[in-house]
Amino acid sequence: MKHTISILAASAVLASSQAAMAQTEIEFWHAFTGRLGELVAEQVETFNSSQSDYTVVATHKGNYSETLNAGIAAFRAGEQPDILMVFEVGTATMMAAKGAIKPVYEVMDDGFDQSKYIGSVKGYYTSPDGDMLSLPFNSSTPVLWVNRDKLEEAGINPDTDLSTWEQVGSVLDQLKDAGVDCPMTTAWQSWIHLENFSAYHDVPFATKSNGFDGTDTELAFNSAAQVAHISAMGEWAQDGKFIYAGRRNEGGANFRAGECALFTESSAGYAGIKAEAEFDFEVRPLPYWKAVASEPQNTIIGGASLWVMEGQSDEEYQGVAAFLDFLSSPEIQAKWHQDTGYLPITSEAGDLTRSQGFYEANPGTDIAVIQMTAKEPTANSKGLRLGSFDQIRGIIDEELEAVWAGDKDAQAALDSAVERGNALLRRFEQASR
Amino acid sequence: MAEQTGMVEKRGVGLWLTHLGLIIGVAFIFFPIWLAFVASTVSQPEIVRPPMPLLPGDQFFENYSKALTAGINAPVALMLGNSLFMALGIAIGKIAISLLSAFAIVYFKFPGKKLFFWLIFLTLMLPVEVRIVPTYEVIANFGMLNSYQGLILPLIASATATFLFRQFFMTVPDELAEAARVDGAGPMRFFFDILLPMSRTNIAALFVILFIYGWNQYLWPLLITTDPSMNTIVMGIKQMFPSGDDIADWPVIMATSILAMVPPVIVVVGMQKLFIRGLVESEK
Amino acid sequence: MGHMEKRVTFKGIWLPLLLVLPQILITAIFFFYPAGQAIWQSLFIPDPFGLSMQWVGLGNFEYLLSDRYYRASFVTTAVFSILVTVVSMGVALYLAILADRLIKGSGTYRTLLIWPYAVAPAVAGVLWLFMFNTRVGVVTWYLGLLGYDWNHVLNEGEAMGLVVVASAWGRISYNFLFFLAGLQAIPRSVIEAAAIDGAHFWTRFRTIVFPLLSPTTFFLLVVNIIYAFFETFGVIHTITSGGPQQATTILVYKVYSDGFVGQDLGSSAAQSVILLVIVSLLTVIQFKYIERRVHY
Repeated sequence: MKHTISILAASAVLASSQAAMAQTEIEFWHAFTGRLGELVAEQVETFNSSQSDYTVVATHKGNYSETLNAGIAAFRAGEQPDILMVFEVGTATMMAAKGAIKPVYEVMDDGFDQSKYIGSVKGYYTSPDGDMLSLPFNSSTPVLWVNRDKLEEAGINPDTDLSTWEQVGSVLDQLKDAGVDCPMTTAWQSWIHLENFSAYHDVPFATKSNGFDGTDTELAFNSAAQVAHISAMGEWAQDGKFIYAGRRNEGGANFRAGECALFTESSAGYAGIKAEAEFDFEVRPLPYWKAVASEPQNTIIGGASLWVMEGQSDEEYQGVAAFLDFLSSPEIQAKWHQDTGYLPITSEAGDLTRSQGFYEANPGTDIAVIQMTAKEPTANSKGLRLGSFDQIRGIIDEELEAVWAGDKDAQAALDSAVERGNALLRRFEQASR
Repeated sequence: MAEQTGMVEKRGVGLWLTHLGLIIGVAFIFFPIWLAFVASTVSQPEIVRPPMPLLPGDQFFENYSKALTAGINAPVALMLGNSLFMALGIAIGKIAISLLSAFAIVYFKFPGKKLFFWLIFLTLMLPVEVRIVPTYEVIANFGMLNSYQGLILPLIASATATFLFRQFFMTVPDELAEAARVDGAGPMRFFFDILLPMSRTNIAALFVILFIYGWNQYLWPLLITTDPSMNTIVMGIKQMFPSGDDIADWPVIMATSILAMVPPVIVVVGMQKLFIRGLVESEK
Repeated sequence: MGHMEKRVTFKGIWLPLLLVLPQILITAIFFFYPAGQAIWQSLFIPDPFGLSMQWVGLGNFEYLLSDRYYRASFVTTAVFSILVTVVSMGVALYLAILADRLIKGSGTYRTLLIWPYAVAPAVAGVLWLFMFNTRVGVVTWYLGLLGYDWNHVLNEGEAMGLVVVASAWGRISYNFLFFLAGLQAIPRSVIEAAAIDGAHFWTRFRTIVFPLLSPTTFFLLVVNIIYAFFETFGVIHTITSGGPQQATTILVYKVYSDGFVGQDLGSSAAQSVILLVIVSLLTVIQFKYIERRVHY
């Protein structure tokens, strides 16, 4: 059990003010199960035994979308939890709900130092003034996973440079010629090949700084750069060089089974790949198009953050602040980062991980961190703040499938996705007016 | 002749063809269950590297003991208990109210009868999920979150049972009611002494249907239970599926799924004779 | 609706009202009030947290009906519902006829055939996806060996086939039990008399058995269509999420995804109203024209 100094200090202050009172219960709804669920339970347990004023009660409320809906339904009935986990695409929905949420920077006490959080991680969840509205919890970013054995089998040097899509393209040709059935697959196509693609090449995904500057934003991912990429992917799909396995991370099963040579997927896929892959694998930075950008900008995150709900007592908010502070402590963050492959949310946690020798022992685990933090984010690479975005992703999935199937060309598909997505954005704008 | 059932033709080649047809049918229908069972007896690497085996492996005890202790929020035994209570509550509650209202609709003339019939019938047509947020608010206002009433009552508000009892009562010979009336027996005497015993097997059939309906609920229990001690087993299974990029522990998930099938299968198999008799009598 | 009236009825007004009261109360509180709220919302664009509402009148309906993707999902729904109903009832009837012909051993078949009924739909979707995962699912893998490249994530026909089979699967067990019961209820003497007269199996089935099964068939038709319309979105969500493209986006999946995924309660409510109207019409037609011809 590690006790952090800040927690002890906080609890000492609070303990004196309400000694002998019953413990305040903090309700925390999350979407994690399995191994991640156990790690969350462990964090909560550590917090609960580190002090005696608050008890955090963590409850699993289904997957991301079920958890968000449970939170919404509960709020409408006045039964909301103190802390709700919301996936990154729900950010705009939560932000627009002004009377339902209490921004994290307001919950935390005066000593709250927002600068210790990594810019490109917290950036997704800050107000236009740079104040943190929610606390990033689990964040990951897409990388390129390589099955080295498969490359070797195909007579390709497994150390070959794969930093640009141009290079990947020629490796795919070689793999195909060598008779590999699945040269490349992907998970989360919209997140990786449009959202991150846009940030990585510093082109807008939507107007108004990707929606950060207002709900009157319009989608803009049908410009030349994105069309060229989707066009290339479409050709690869037609030639059997890119195998589409599904909208979520179905491709992961193919990669882990050793079927596919290359796999674009979240850095958080690490634990699963390590557990199941029986081949020599490696993490590489996400490729970029040399023709579009001379060097890549940063990638953006996916995952979830913790939102504090409105309408609770002051004691509860003090407890929430103590818990969020505890989660941000370097020890807890470093452990979380190392156990899960999710990005650390503070630079201190990253430094601690490095000094513990973790990156040396597990080569490639720092690729995601570097890729995220190498450059200061621009208006195009801070993140996305678009309403109804889970549904817009559904539309993008549909249109991309039309490209992979050869039914539409990239330009037509992206134009149509933009048009349909804009209709949803207008409805969201109206709903949150 | 007393021994004979079925549609005659049951000798020689015809008999073997019948068996063959059934075996093919069963093979298709039962295959997914078989595969789930196989997956629950092998190790994770055997499943994730294709092709997975088609015959059971040697990890039965490991996986099942893990499943029994692996509940995410609550122990599996407790979740099974909650599911049982919920399923029984739904089955018994719905049968009780439906018997009464079907009796009223079939055997009485009263103002608004047609309207009531249609109002009840309309409930067949709007699934819980569509009205889930307002329903949640009603339950919360009654203070029924995390309670068995909250789990049970909204799911009783549907017309399948009323519809089926109505169908059955329509087929009960009018002479019986006529005789009861001539004897001076009141409607409730007729209901308890004649109609209810006649409906015995029918009730059994509905019990099975409703028990399984209740047992298989997922979204509603997920929404209204925050207290882990109120979780149900289907929730428990879904909770084992990771969200995002984590991997699924297939052997344990499949073992839990098989465990969750056992109680409803016992109910169906145990009551199938009565169930079929119940349906037979209702359709005569 | 000639069948709604019985010749012999008891007298009294308060007693029957008292008898229907529990059901009416529960239905009113837990069904009509929430459903009414949902319908009322169809005239607004509400904020998901219930913080504000924008009156739009029929705006949600205009928005929906002008969306060609929404209009296309009517056709998808019709195809899907018909397929699920036909597959689940057809296979069940076939198996029931076979099981009914056996004197011995039908118990074993029956026991095996009813297992899928005990699988929660939430789990059934996962099970089918597990078998048909692109390239690594066990069925897909063996199909690959046979030279068939199963790819429901891009092939629209295969996707529809998969969600139909996965949705019909549990219902086959349910329908099987009803059909078997219906068949066993047919008096033996009737069939045997026909057999002695020399009528062939098919003739006997068509002229005697099927008409006598019609109440069962009618009941199953109603509940299966309602099932296909309303209770299959979990399976679709798990297996295809409505794709590839929009090949398996049925109406209720869109209600679910707009309301539950997109938090667009206005659009979701308007779609519920449209669904309600369609199914009410269907039901009235069923009762008026089909039940009249059903033999009791």
